[in-house]
Amino acid sequence: MYLLTVDWILLLEKLILIAIVVMASLLVAMYSTYAERKIAAFMQDRIGPNRAGPFGILQPLADGGKLFFKEEIIPNHSNKILFILGPSLAMLTAMMTCAVVPWSGDINLFGRTIPLQIADVNIGILYVFAVVSLGVYGIMIGGWSSNNKFSLLAALRGASQVISYELAMGLSLIALLMMTGSLSLKTIVEQQMASHWNVLYQPLAFLIFFVCALAECNRTPFDLAEAESELNMGYHQEYSSMKLGFYLFAEYVNMFISSAIMATLFFGGYDIPFFNESAHTDWGNWLAVAGIVCFMIKISIFIFVFMWIRWTVPRFRYDQLMNLGWKKLIPLALANMLVTGAVILWMHK
Amino acid sequence: MTATEILFWLLSALALFSAVMVLISKNPVHSVLWLIVVFFSISGHYILLNAQFLAIVNLIVYAGAIMVLFLFVIMLMNLNSNTEPQRNSLVKLAGVVAGCLLLTVMVSAVRSAGEISKSQAVMNEGDIGLIQNIGKVLFTDYVVPFEISSVLFLSAMVGAVVIGKKE
Repeated sequence: MYLLTVDWILLLEKLILIAIVVMASLLVAMYSTYAERKIAAFMQDRIGPNRAGPFGILQPLADGGKLFFKEEIIPNHSNKILFILGPSLAMLTAMMTCAVVPWSGDINLFGRTIPLQIADVNIGILYVFAVVSLGVYGIMIGGWSSNNKFSLLAALRGASQVISYELAMGLSLIALLMMTGSLSLKTIVEQQMASHWNVLYQPLAFLIFFVCALAECNRTPFDLAEAESELNMGYHQEYSSMKLGFYLFAEYVNMFISSAIMATLFFGGYDIPFFNESAHTDWGNWLAVAGIVCFMIKISIFIFVFMWIRWTVPRFRYDQLMNLGWKKLIPLALANMLVTGAVILWMHK
Repeated sequence: MTATEILFWLLSALALFSAVMVLISKNPVHSVLWLIVVFFSISGHYILLNAQFLAIVNLIVYAGAIMVLFLFVIMLMNLNSNTEPQRNSLVKLAGVVAGCLLLTVMVSAVRSAGEISKSQAVMNEGDIGLIQNIGKVLFTDYVVPFEISSVLFLSAMVGAVVIGKKE
């Protein structure tokens, strides 16, 4: 099936994979909202949502339905196109990152070997960074087009936070990349499968990356961009209905994807712990399925930690946030980078 | 027409259209957003030339960092047609004539340049744009200019800090 020198079956295969990955991310994000409310309830000694369906399991659907049916308000003096573009961009950039995450090993279906990764580009991590840095636009455009000074101020607050923590995030990863020697996420996972998980070699880089991931997702203790009680909401103050839902939902998608990236980079991705995959290639597709399950368990643990932190730690003040980012994390990441470089040089001697 | 050619024409059309939109948008924020679209289409061209690293770095640096700062400044200055300086029509006419003359000179210069007319871009192959090769070239052949430019950036950063500290 070659037409216009394009392998159409490959294209179809990728389209199906993209659809599955997008659906799965949305589903996980949907049930993250449920998990968040249940965990919050548990920590505050409450019961949490328990009305819709058994154990309140249909609560996310009820929430979504409510958001869809709410009145949609577009402020009179706002810029209408940009006002709609803002939440769409936030959602788009949240979903785009999953393109380079390797979900598991190859599977064989109908005589074709299908890699469970949408695109294995040789610049995987840089792609993630590019998309993350584009995430600022959703915040800024939404805040500016609302034509409200509080929204604009909150958008600036959120955007400067995201930009500041991107730097420390990038620097912490350089130390990791020095060790792996590759930017491809698939190669990084395969290296970890052959030896140990990267978190054992780079615990400090992981810690910095984790803190920055919290900040990039606007999660507590870094949720100043949407400090609903004391700073008059955030950049989405003027938003209502599902457009507000998109902003809030994009946060959960971001959380899922950043957990996936952390699991991939530092915790072996789809590697099954204490188990030698290369000795069990006769398992075929079941090995890939086991890999997915393992990867999902790792991701769920990260999402749980995100929520645990949210309901434990109070919010930072804005100057504390900036001090932590610029004066603590960046020097720490630089030091980590230098030490890693020195050790690698010494080992090669 | 191969798929690469179709993509090339689509990306070129997109790049030119959004570049024109940058110029004719009334609202400066719209101009910045169209400029981001231009950077995206240029990154698409880099990918067609198999220079994935350049494509992504173009996005990170220009679309992700520089344009965000542009947006910051424009949003805070709150520019609109009232604050825009009005020029009289004579200056505008002079600008049009000068622009057309510059275009003529550039077209004739490009047309007669043998280097450009002979060589053709290599599509979908060649690996000089990949990160490994660029890194090797930067840190062997061009290490001195590379380091000098990094010192330049450092001095710019120090300058920014000094200006920021001035009370």
